[in-house]
Amino acid sequence: MTAAQLFPILLGIAWLIPLASFVAILFFGARMGAHGKGAATVATSAIGASFILSLVALVLWTMHGQPASNNHHGDGHASVLNSDAGESSGLVRHIAMRSPEQAGVEGQHAGGHEEQVGPISYSGDWYTLYASGALRLSIGWYIDSLTVLMFVVVTFIATCIHVYAAGYMHDELHAVTDSEVQLATGEPLHREGRFHRFFQALSLFCFSMLGIVIAGNLAMVFIFWELVGICSWFLIGFYFERHSASTAANKAFIVNRVGDFGMLIGLMALWGGLGTLHFGDSVSSATGQVESGLFELVRPSENHHEQQVPDGLVAFAAADQIEKMAAANPSRSELRREVAAAVPGWREQGYGRWLLFVAGLGIFCGCVGKSAQVPLFVWLPDAMEGPTPVSALVHSATMVAAGVYLVGRFFPVLTPDVLLVIAYTGGITLFIAATIAVTATDIKRVLAYSTVSQLGYMMLALGVGGWVAGLFHLITHAFFKSLLFLCSGSVIHACHTNDMRKMGGLLKVMPYTAWTMLIGCLAIIGAGVPFVLGFSGYYSKDAILAQALLFSRTNPQHSILYVAVAGGAFITAFYMFRLWFMTFAGSPRDQHVFEHAHESPRVMTAPLVALAVFAVVAGWALPGGLGVESLLEQSRPAGTAEGATTAGILGSITLPAEHESHVGAVHVTATLTAFLTAFAGVLLAAAMYLKPLISPAAVAHAARPIYTFLVHRWYVDELYNVLFVLPTLGLARFISAIDTQVIDRFINSLAWIARQIASVDAWFDRVVVDGIVNVTGSVTWKAGLELKRVQTGNLRQYVMFIVVGTVAIFVLATLLFRTSFAG
Amino acid sequence: MTFALFGVVSVSHYLVVGAILFTCGVVCMALKRNALGVLMGIELVLNGANINFVAFGSEYLAGDGKSVLGLDGEVMALFVILLAAAEAAVALAITLNFYNNHATVDVDRADDLQG
Repeated sequence: MTAAQLFPILLGIAWLIPLASFVAILFFGARMGAHGKGAATVATSAIGASFILSLVALVLWTMHGQPASNNHHGDGHASVLNSDAGESSGLVRHIAMRSPEQAGVEGQHAGGHEEQVGPISYSGDWYTLYASGALRLSIGWYIDSLTVLMFVVVTFIATCIHVYAAGYMHDELHAVTDSEVQLATGEPLHREGRFHRFFQALSLFCFSMLGIVIAGNLAMVFIFWELVGICSWFLIGFYFERHSASTAANKAFIVNRVGDFGMLIGLMALWGGLGTLHFGDSVSSATGQVESGLFELVRPSENHHEQQVPDGLVAFAAADQIEKMAAANPSRSELRREVAAAVPGWREQGYGRWLLFVAGLGIFCGCVGKSAQVPLFVWLPDAMEGPTPVSALVHSATMVAAGVYLVGRFFPVLTPDVLLVIAYTGGITLFIAATIAVTATDIKRVLAYSTVSQLGYMMLALGVGGWVAGLFHLITHAFFKSLLFLCSGSVIHACHTNDMRKMGGLLKVMPYTAWTMLIGCLAIIGAGVPFVLGFSGYYSKDAILAQALLFSRTNPQHSILYVAVAGGAFITAFYMFRLWFMTFAGSPRDQHVFEHAHESPRVMTAPLVALAVFAVVAGWALPGGLGVESLLEQSRPAGTAEGATTAGILGSITLPAEHESHVGAVHVTATLTAFLTAFAGVLLAAAMYLKPLISPAAVAHAARPIYTFLVHRWYVDELYNVLFVLPTLGLARFISAIDTQVIDRFINSLAWIARQIASVDAWFDRVVVDGIVNVTGSVTWKAGLELKRVQTGNLRQYVMFIVVGTVAIFVLATLLFRTSFAG
Repeated sequence: MTFALFGVVSVSHYLVVGAILFTCGVVCMALKRNALGVLMGIELVLNGANINFVAFGSEYLAGDGKSVLGLDGEVMALFVILLAAAEAAVALAITLNFYNNHATVDVDRADDLQG
């Protein structure tokens, strides 16, 4: 079996196992053990099996594809792999592969220019949902080292969280008294435990996320994108009886819809212009021809993978020109030839540039919603209303990771203009979120804003051309952020409060939690001995800083981005250690909470330790250059390794080559900046919260306006309330007024008229029709009464009547008809 | 002017007899309170009618013999007799039942069928 057939099977099964677990728990969850306790086992073993399969895939991948030996040069990652592309077998029906040697043969001109070849990737379709002519929607795969890495990370973290949740959610195993919900009677709510439902949603969540990761086309991404959205809705609203939880779930869902609207526009632009949403090349099930995917269309291999507006989009944008041609020339084939000849000229004129911009921006719009970037970040802190394992999952490996992942996956199609927008969005997000985290006192909210801020880092990194840096940070962040959240969950579990102001000194009673959380904090601030060794965050954050520095050096007009990154690093270090010091160090602030606190059970601390290990080592590279960074380097989109200067819509932008950021002059500065800012942040936090050198209250008092502004989270929620929620409600009220005042009244008056007509009709019926009938009846009745007197029953009288009657008739006949008788 | 009694016996004479019989029968029916008397009146009426049939059917009485009805008149008379017998049987049965129920045959007492 070739690699092209093996990986889709391995990862496909790893993807589907959580679905099987979901279906099983859906139908039999309540009957799995006492109170559905077995559901945890089912879900955990399912995701564990996925993890093992993903790990096998990763090992196989590192074995067969030689890792980039020297990623400081663009030519390092061109590994040759033979693939018999057309071979089919059972599950694997259509396989197409961008074979590197094919591009390698034709690209050997332009002396001096180092040849770039595409990354190793496999793509194909399992099942075609819809096919009409050249248009095709399918369930397929696109697998490169990024996919494999994401599979391992997602399944590993999800496994840890499943194990942890089995302990954390034990309250749900029996009837629950939710004291946060007051019934109308004033009593707290009593309800059934929902243990198995939690794991059911968790399984579906994992399935959806893995679906996004493995997806071979944008349509499939969109399907699973929405599935992730609905799963987050289930899980954030898990305690749906609480008003805050149901509101937060709705908020997350609605805010994401805003982003998805943009994504739909992007999808339409691509679908309308190119007729395909496949990432890689694929074999059409209808024609059997190899069709170019988006990547090949936007960065054609015959053009050395340089980005250009695809023919389809050019023609789509130049529809008026084509119409003009069609008016003069009726033959179809001739028209097609003429259009094909004119397309390069139109491309020079700039036709379709805006379409590609809109497509990229639209897709990024969806990512803004999912990955909680400005201006759609408001849902993520509210998503804290879900159980803590959900927060950990949402904030690390699933949901928010999906947005960054999609930007990374879609990177080759994004124009420099879109990337600049992405960079600025990320920069603004990381700064705003970091400042809000400084004043938050809810332990989970601090972490939530820290997630938003770190996602901003990733977006910024991708935006400034640091493809590896951004996705590297996505992976390391997944480890330490899930670790931090699970630690905070452990603290909440012990203290029964989220408020850091009631904690303190917990280091003594919760050593495992405290030390693993310290590792998480050190990882997120990027601690390490410069140039020697560090936590995972040290490597990824350095890469981002270096790339941002390089970008601001090549584009001095955008150097603010580097300031944001460096300033963000300082604030991150400050608030993370503020959190740690407030929670674990010093003396207890609330004696009652402190006495109640206890270390969490083994089932909860074991995942913490496992994640802590990875929070430390995820950034390390094994001897021989085997590591996350070099694995990612294998998947770097073709044509993006070299720097490029483009005169874009938003001005001239130079996208520096990422490997140049590893050059000493840049790297040393970046590393030292990262180290010093982080160190300063920790020192400041220590001075304020560990040793009372500076009083936090005094600082808050001195900078009261800023403090209030930050405590109110930049008034973003209030602003949205005024800008969108209130106008919407007002509009709704206005429309409802139209409904009740105009439409209802119109209907009511119609009904009134109908009633009046009906009453006239009823009067006519009652008086005239009934009258005639009744009179007929009564006349008949009275006539009968009169005539019955004749019936005396007296026989002799009857004889008299007969005789007299006969005689009378005879006489009458004689008199009246005399003439006729006579005649 | 020829007095009828002294003329040749013709159909008119029989018709007169029949009319008298008929009238007697009708008077008898109208005046008798005894149900049997009423039945007798009926017999008279029927026989008055019979005389007419026979008279019109008689060849002897027809004179010129051209307007003869053949035996039609007699046949009709036989039908009437038959009818009278059947009618008498039914009427007597009713009368007998009436007597059983009311211990009288007075038709004035038989007014159960009044409206």
